[in-house]
Amino acid sequence: MFPTPIDKWKPAPRRLYKLSLPVALIIWLLPMIAVLMTSVRSSEELSEGNYWGWPKHFALVDNYREALTTSPMLHYFWNSVLITVPSVVCAIALAAMAGFALAIYRFPGNSALFATFVAGNFVPIQVLMIPVRDLTLKLGLYNTVGGLILFHLSFQTGFCALFLRNFIKQLPYELVEAARIEGANEWTVFFRIILPLIRPALAALAILVFTFVWNDYFWALCLTQGDDAAPITVGVAALKGQWTTAWNLVSAGSILAALPSVAMFFAMQKHFVAGLTFGATKG
Amino acid sequence: MTHRVDMTSEPPGGGSERAGAPRATNPHGRPRRRVSPTARRQRRAACLFLAPACIMVAIYVVWPTLSTIRLSFYSWDGMSDANFIGLANYIELFHAPTFYTALKNNVIWLALFLLAPPMGLAIALYLNQAVAGMRIVKSLFFAPFVLSGVVVGLIYSWFYDPTFGLLALIAGHGIPVLGDPRYATPGIIFAALWPQTAYCMILYLTGLTTLNSEQIEAARMEGAKGWTLLWHVILPQLRPTTFMAVVVTVIGALRSFDLISVMTGGGPFESSTVLAYYMYDQAIKYYRLGYSAAIAVVLFAIMLLYIVYHLRRLLSSEH
Repeated sequence: MFPTPIDKWKPAPRRLYKLSLPVALIIWLLPMIAVLMTSVRSSEELSEGNYWGWPKHFALVDNYREALTTSPMLHYFWNSVLITVPSVVCAIALAAMAGFALAIYRFPGNSALFATFVAGNFVPIQVLMIPVRDLTLKLGLYNTVGGLILFHLSFQTGFCALFLRNFIKQLPYELVEAARIEGANEWTVFFRIILPLIRPALAALAILVFTFVWNDYFWALCLTQGDDAAPITVGVAALKGQWTTAWNLVSAGSILAALPSVAMFFAMQKHFVAGLTFGATKG
Repeated sequence: MTHRVDMTSEPPGGGSERAGAPRATNPHGRPRRRVSPTARRQRRAACLFLAPACIMVAIYVVWPTLSTIRLSFYSWDGMSDANFIGLANYIELFHAPTFYTALKNNVIWLALFLLAPPMGLAIALYLNQAVAGMRIVKSLFFAPFVLSGVVVGLIYSWFYDPTFGLLALIAGHGIPVLGDPRYATPGIIFAALWPQTAYCMILYLTGLTTLNSEQIEAARMEGAKGWTLLWHVILPQLRPTTFMAVVVTVIGALRSFDLISVMTGGGPFESSTVLAYYMYDQAIKYYRLGYSAAIAVVLFAIMLLYIVYHLRRLLSSEH
C-alpha cells in the first residue's frame, strides 16, 4: 500500500491528517457549496449584497418554485429525460450485440471494424457537426427530441461496443462452445449465456452514458432551436442571459440540471467507477 | 479488471483470416472443413448482430467525418448549391488572425490541462487511506466530474464575478477574469481543471489498488521511501493509468466547448476562442459551412496524430 497507511504513522501527524480531510473537502467543493447557498437566498437579500453571510431567511421553496414555474424549466427537464433514456437504452442494446459479435466471431474485417469503433471515440465531435445537422434537417428531425436521440445513440454505440467487446473477450470461451454443443443457436448463446454475464458491465455503461448524454450541451445547441426540444443544459444556460442578476434562480436551475447525474452517481457509485476506470489498469 | 482470463489470447497473425472458424483452440486437433454449414451460420449471425450498430455508426460518425473533409473544399451557406473552391478555405484560414488566436489557445488548453493528471495523482495519494468515512470523502471529491459543463461554467462565472464573486471576496477587490483578454482563457481552463482533476483522481485511486505490494515492501526494505519510492517504484507501476489519464485529458482539452460557450462565448474580442468554438461560431452565426468544415478538419488532423498513436498502442497490446 502506498502511501504508508496512517495506522503506522505517529499519533500527531495522524490526527493532523484526519483534521485536514474536511478542510480539504470544503475547499475543493467551495464553488459548489456557494451555489447551494445562493439557491436558498431570496432576491432581496442578494440585491442587498448579502452573498456570503448566513442567509437571514431561507427562500428555498420560493426560488425553486420560481425557477420551475416562471421558466419552462420542467419542460426542459422532461425533454432531457425523453432524450437521455431512449439514447442510453438503444446505445447499449446495439453495442451489446455488436460487442458480442466482435468478441466471439472471427471474420475478415473484425479488427478493422473494431478499430473504427475505437477511432470513432476520438473524433472531435465538431467534425461531425455540419453533416449531422444537415442530415437531421433533411430527415425533418431538426428541433425534435428524435433527432437528438438518433445522434446520441449512434455516437455512444461506438464507445459502448468497444467497452463490451473487451469485456466479453475476458469471459471463458468454453461457455459459448458448451452451449453450442448443447444445441443452442447463436441468438440463445447471446441472450441466455452472454447477456446475464455482462450485466455488471451493462450497468456501468448505462450510468456512464446517462451522464454523458444528460450533460450534453453542444449537440443540443446544434440540433435544436427555441424551447420545443431543448434539454435542461440549454435551459439553464439560457437562464443566465434572461436574469443576469437573479443568481439564486440560476443556482436553483443548475442544481436541477445537476441532480439526476449526481443522484445516479451516488446511487450506483461502484458501477460508475468500474465503468470509468475500465481499461485504466490494463494498458 | 485485473484478473484476466487467459482464454482471450489469440493465436497470432494469419489465423484470423480464416473465415468463420471459431477462434478457440481445437481440443482434438482435427482439421476443420473450410466452410462448414456451422461456419456459414455463424458468419450470418455475426452480420446480423453487427448490422444495427454498424449502420448507425456509419450514418452518424463515419459518413459525417468524410463529408466534413469533402465540404472543406467547398463554399457553402447551407441553402444554395455548394461551389468547389479547392483549397481556398484553408488559405483563408491560414491568413485569419482568429485562427491563430484559437490555435494558440488550444495549445494553452493542452499545456495547462495536462496539470490534471499530476494534480489527480496528488489528491489520489492524499486520499488513499483507510479512514472511517473515506468512501464518502472520495465520492465528494469526485462529484465535480458528474456535473455538466454548463453547470461548471455557471458556477465559475459566478465565482469570478468582479462585484460579488468568491474570487473578489478572497482577493479583496474585483478582478474581471472573464472580461480581460489576458485572463479569460486561463480562467476558463482553471474551471475546466476542476472536473478533469476529479476524473484523473478516480483513475489513480483505482490504479493505486492494483499496485504490487511485494515490490513496494521490497523497496521499503531497501530503504526507499517518499519521493524515491514514488518515482522509481510506484509511478512505473501506474504507467497504464497515467497513459489513460493523459489520453482522456488531451481529448478533453481539444473538445473544450461547453465552458467557453457558457463563460465567455469566445470573447472578449474572440480572445478566448478555440478551434472547436471558432468552428461552431462560423457555421451557426455566419453560415460559412465550408470554412467551418476546414477548421474542423484542422482540429481533426491534430487529433488524428493522437488517435493513430493510441490505436497502434492498443492494437499492439492485443497481440
